[in-house]
Amino acid sequence: MAKQMHDTPMLDQLESGPWPSFVTGLKRLAKDNDMMVDLLGQLETSYETRKGYWKGGTVGVIGYGGGIIPRFTELKGDDGQALFPAAAEFHTLRVMPPPGMHYDTNTIRKFCDIWEKYGSGLIAFHGQSGDIMFQGCSTDNVQPAFDAINEMGFDLGGAGPAVRTGMSCVGAARCENSCVDEGRTMRMLVNNALDDMHRPALPYKFKYKVSGCPNDCMNSVQRADLATIGTWRDDMKVDQDEVKKFVGARGRKYVIDNVITRCPTQALSLNDDDTLAVDNPSCVRCMHCINVMNKALSPGDDKGITLLCGGKRTLKIGDLMGTVIVPFHKLETDEDFEWLEELATEILDFFAENALEHERTGEMIERIGLVNFLEGVGLEIDPNMIERPRMNPYVRTDEWDEEAAKWAERKAAQ
Amino acid sequence: MSEPRMPIESGVPEMEPYLHPVLKKNYGQWAWHERPRPGVLHHVAKSGDDIWTVRAGTQRQLDLYTIRKLMDIADEFAEGYVRFTIRSNIEFMVSEESKVQPLIDKLESEGFPIGGTGNSVSMIAHTQGWLHCDIPGTDASGAVKALMDDLYDEFVKEEMPNRVRITTSCCQINCGGQGDIAINIQHTKPPKIDHTQVANVCERPSVVARCPVAAIRPAMVNGKPSLEVDEKKCICCGACFPPCPPMQINDPEHSKFAIWVGGKNSNARSKPTFHKLVAAGVPNNPPRWPEVSSIVKQILGAYKADAKDWERIGEWAERIGWPKFFEKTGLPFTKYHIDNWRGSRNNLNASAHIRF
Repeated sequence: MAKQMHDTPMLDQLESGPWPSFVTGLKRLAKDNDMMVDLLGQLETSYETRKGYWKGGTVGVIGYGGGIIPRFTELKGDDGQALFPAAAEFHTLRVMPPPGMHYDTNTIRKFCDIWEKYGSGLIAFHGQSGDIMFQGCSTDNVQPAFDAINEMGFDLGGAGPAVRTGMSCVGAARCENSCVDEGRTMRMLVNNALDDMHRPALPYKFKYKVSGCPNDCMNSVQRADLATIGTWRDDMKVDQDEVKKFVGARGRKYVIDNVITRCPTQALSLNDDDTLAVDNPSCVRCMHCINVMNKALSPGDDKGITLLCGGKRTLKIGDLMGTVIVPFHKLETDEDFEWLEELATEILDFFAENALEHERTGEMIERIGLVNFLEGVGLEIDPNMIERPRMNPYVRTDEWDEEAAKWAERKAAQ
Repeated sequence: MSEPRMPIESGVPEMEPYLHPVLKKNYGQWAWHERPRPGVLHHVAKSGDDIWTVRAGTQRQLDLYTIRKLMDIADEFAEGYVRFTIRSNIEFMVSEESKVQPLIDKLESEGFPIGGTGNSVSMIAHTQGWLHCDIPGTDASGAVKALMDDLYDEFVKEEMPNRVRITTSCCQINCGGQGDIAINIQHTKPPKIDHTQVANVCERPSVVARCPVAAIRPAMVNGKPSLEVDEKKCICCGACFPPCPPMQINDPEHSKFAIWVGGKNSNARSKPTFHKLVAAGVPNNPPRWPEVSSIVKQILGAYKADAKDWERIGEWAERIGWPKFFEKTGLPFTKYHIDNWRGSRNNLNASAHIRF
């Protein structure tokens, strides 16, 4: 029998309305879980005072330096005792899901049983960096809860200055736009860096995200230190019969207004017979026309990836998009995957050695310049890496002839 | 004394054991898809196999009773496999069309909204807030619940010009990320410093280094080593608070919400963009944050009425121009909208392009 519930008049107002209510769920847990009774008490206090009451600390599992988010209450009486003692420790275990966040029901039921035994019963599917978050665990129960989850074949994710849990889209499992094996790619990248995930010692966090096409459903360009985005370099595929059917069904005006004129590089034209002409060399693989006419249009056959580096949100120097460091590379054979694994290792090592404390890759590249970064990780420059050439004359061009000769050599080698 | 158990450092698990058999069989071999109704996707493989996906909204912070209920539904009405989207929607896959409607009926009867596909307002990207974060200015679960109650129809009906992705964040670190609409805490007062604690808790040089505007310097206060903030320089970003909790940035009154629009990660049509500030000074008003809802609905209403098909909110604003955006949404334009951070002149109008 659990302890008596605290009054929660503010949280109660989040039980009404059509969207599923987390408060109703917390209250259900609280019927036979004292930690949840007191968690509701602390959360209600936060709603009343508009203040947070958790502080971090040091809690971990044997063998790892990260992956647990420790939380201790700061809501204490004058005597120093926790006002909500059963929730005085409320730690989270970050656990990495399978790529694409697929599950069979038995696996999730086992998670529930483990979390019923050791934790609060509250699980988030999923946190913002892609972890299953087992929320609400006492310090003593962290190790046995982890052991049980670990025995199921699941491992802790990243936290702190470490390689973080990766994310990849549903991709090849259920999407016709998939240009790469997203799951294999993400797994390889993360599992190659587990030491830097589980024993945090990097300057700051490092994130891998993998999207199977330029729709970038994993938001990799804005959020990943190394973004892998599927693409193709041959002509996109056009099923002209399906184009005609689409034009017939939706009308020419719809197709002109919503497909032809929306192409960012004017690479499309509607022929007089309602077939589609594509100027493939001008196509930038934006995906718009394919999204609208997904039965008629699809990516080409010569698929691969574009790599971008350095995406992050504001702190410290301002928002940074990832920018291109490899315009195209095949990613099909074991050798291709080995190439990517080696390059990712180079980039992670360069980051570890050269970034300042609390500096992300994007900030490091901003500080040292892209060319120095590329030289450091062994990549060649490419005009696909720039939006436009430099607009200021503040540069020494002493070795212009040698650099121009390199360009000629690279062109000749292609 | 027994040996401690060492972790099995297995990393990201394989996907295959958890994949629906039809997805496994047709991995990388999908041909096209359609959306027969909101919340349902029908994918067709090159082999001719079909899979129907039913997408339902969840509260993300799931109690195990709700999870078990969802698993019971997956076993009884679907085929024993589920997946989650990046926005915490749950997806059930079935290989026969006849299973779709009974699955929808069951989910709806249990209170789970069906939608979030196509041109919907999908579930809001959700952070931790007061429930679990150590530095939050507000709650996440409550703000998301309140907003999704208000935007429920847009989740289930999918009548927007294009998809709308909303994010919330409880501090300016912005874990919720970029969004078509982003609702983020924006502090308006410098940190209040507990000088008795700084020397005990904070590594002072690294706190000094965190400040984007070099407003923090070491100081002796009441005979104790501490830190002081040049309040004229301080931009109230809160970057000093995580490494130094005695520099309390959260303020029940002065930590406000700011609302941003036009973030887009897709490459479709225009290149990816970051979101732009459109409103600030919005009160942090639990448990239902009505002022936030009101502004979000103003923006969505104007977008829905005026944008062309396939235009995301940012693309719509760029086409009609920002003056019209403020006019149509009824939001005030202030000096705070004019960027003054590094590179700010790139965000000014260096042309005679003016819409009249």
